[in-house]
Amino acid sequence: MAQEAATTAEKKPNPIVPFMKLPEKYPNEPAYLWGVVCKSCNAKYLGARTACGNCGSTGPFEETRFGDEGEIYSFAVVHQTVPGLEAPYVAAIVDLDDGVSVRANVYGLDISKPGPEWFGKRVKMFTEKVRVDREGNDIIAAKFKVTDGK
Amino acid sequence: MRDVAVVGATMLKFGRYPDKDVVTLASEAAIGAIKDAGCSIKDVEIVVSGNLYQSNAMIGQRVMKEIGATGVPVINVANACATGSTAFREAWMAVASGAYDVAMAVGSEQMGKMGLLGADGASREYSTEGVMGTGLMPGVFGQAGVEHMRKYGTTQEQFAKVAVKNHKHSVNNPYAQYQIETPLEDVLNARPIAWPNTLYMCCPTGDGAAAAVLMSAEKAKQFTQNPVWVAASVLTSDPYTPRNPTMFDINTLTRNASTEAYQKAGIGPEDLDMVELHDCFATAELLHYENLQLCGEGEAGRMIDEGATYVGGKIPVNASGGLLSKGHPLGATGVANIVEIVWHLRGEAGARQVEGAKTGLAHVIGLGSACTIHVLKK
Repeated sequence: MAQEAATTAEKKPNPIVPFMKLPEKYPNEPAYLWGVVCKSCNAKYLGARTACGNCGSTGPFEETRFGDEGEIYSFAVVHQTVPGLEAPYVAAIVDLDDGVSVRANVYGLDISKPGPEWFGKRVKMFTEKVRVDREGNDIIAAKFKVTDGK
Repeated sequence: MRDVAVVGATMLKFGRYPDKDVVTLASEAAIGAIKDAGCSIKDVEIVVSGNLYQSNAMIGQRVMKEIGATGVPVINVANACATGSTAFREAWMAVASGAYDVAMAVGSEQMGKMGLLGADGASREYSTEGVMGTGLMPGVFGQAGVEHMRKYGTTQEQFAKVAVKNHKHSVNNPYAQYQIETPLEDVLNARPIAWPNTLYMCCPTGDGAAAAVLMSAEKAKQFTQNPVWVAASVLTSDPYTPRNPTMFDINTLTRNASTEAYQKAGIGPEDLDMVELHDCFATAELLHYENLQLCGEGEAGRMIDEGATYVGGKIPVNASGGLLSKGHPLGATGVANIVEIVWHLRGEAGARQVEGAKTGLAHVIGLGSACTIHVLKK
């Protein structure tokens, strides 16, 4: 019994990507995306870097927390996907206001009517448990919903 | 660099060969190219094998064991969808550098009914596929097309017209996996895969092989009166652009490659008689009209509307039917589209012949990314 309790206690939600952080108090404190800025050329990246892909500088890099709002740059409506995944869904490239882009599922659009009016739609990040890993930890993904400025 | 001629060129009809293994397919193509060149396996001084999914399986050496184990150097290359054309380029470099007089490039792939590329990786528990966007090719190339819509107002119908054209061309190509005409209505009403691409706007996976024998000018004289010259061989990778790799950039490296290729060949895009470009999805073809400088920025939609890229039009693109019809066995593709140009320049392309073709361009892009362009001249 004691051992079981210990295992349960060790279980914790994990971000699905290394460039997302879950605070100690998650979900009471929101998850966020983070990355680095190259101090030489100002290129921004999701997550950590060994060196700068733009200018080749090996540092220093400044760690930064990205805000959770942005807009749709481009998208596809994926109808055929891997078994077990929900489709159709909107697979977008979201440009965050803080200057990086992220791949994202976007919700709140009429999926039967994709078109140019989707460009520039304002979106806001939310997080969601998408599955559980082998150790029983929740896997948390970042997703986006259309706000249209609301 | 020395002048290099393509003296032997062949491809197998792409399709499904469940009864043959990939070494057999590659060997048949290699024997075909050697016969076409009129030489023997004993004349071949170096072999480059292109195969992606079995790149660790020493396909090149196994082919040589099958068709003539002469002990010459054999190199196995992998470079995503540009695997075959990278193998061709390595063979070209071997001869152009002066190190060898006769080189053979063999591209092969056996994909069977593999379905969506990369889908196996998406079953990992921490995979982001389907929960944080997509990295699978139909969606990625869908997004690339949608970016073009955003910039220039291109429509789904204009992308669909690419599939109409290429499938129409395929009817005359017995080497194509599918030879079925698809009117615009059928393309638009086909099952959606990743909007704006429907089923007929996506290339099929399959099996195939293609091979080419390359020779120095002096050596070529001994074997042919009808050499095809490699006027430019270019390979680029993607330079930094801010959204890449969140969003793959298929444009910048292709633009860089085309500029370099025209400069090396000493020609401009207006001098081309035909182009075989990498239409893995219909959306990609329109982007590459601009990337290859066949038209101005934002003019690709109009170009397909006007029918300029049909055989008989201003600049025929994918007379073979393109990857959309011909199929895309990854390692074979890049060699096969060079073979197609060679056949046209020799006047051996049958019912799909681009009449009087003297100069052609073969373009391939593999995501990650690698772009090759070969300019071939009579």
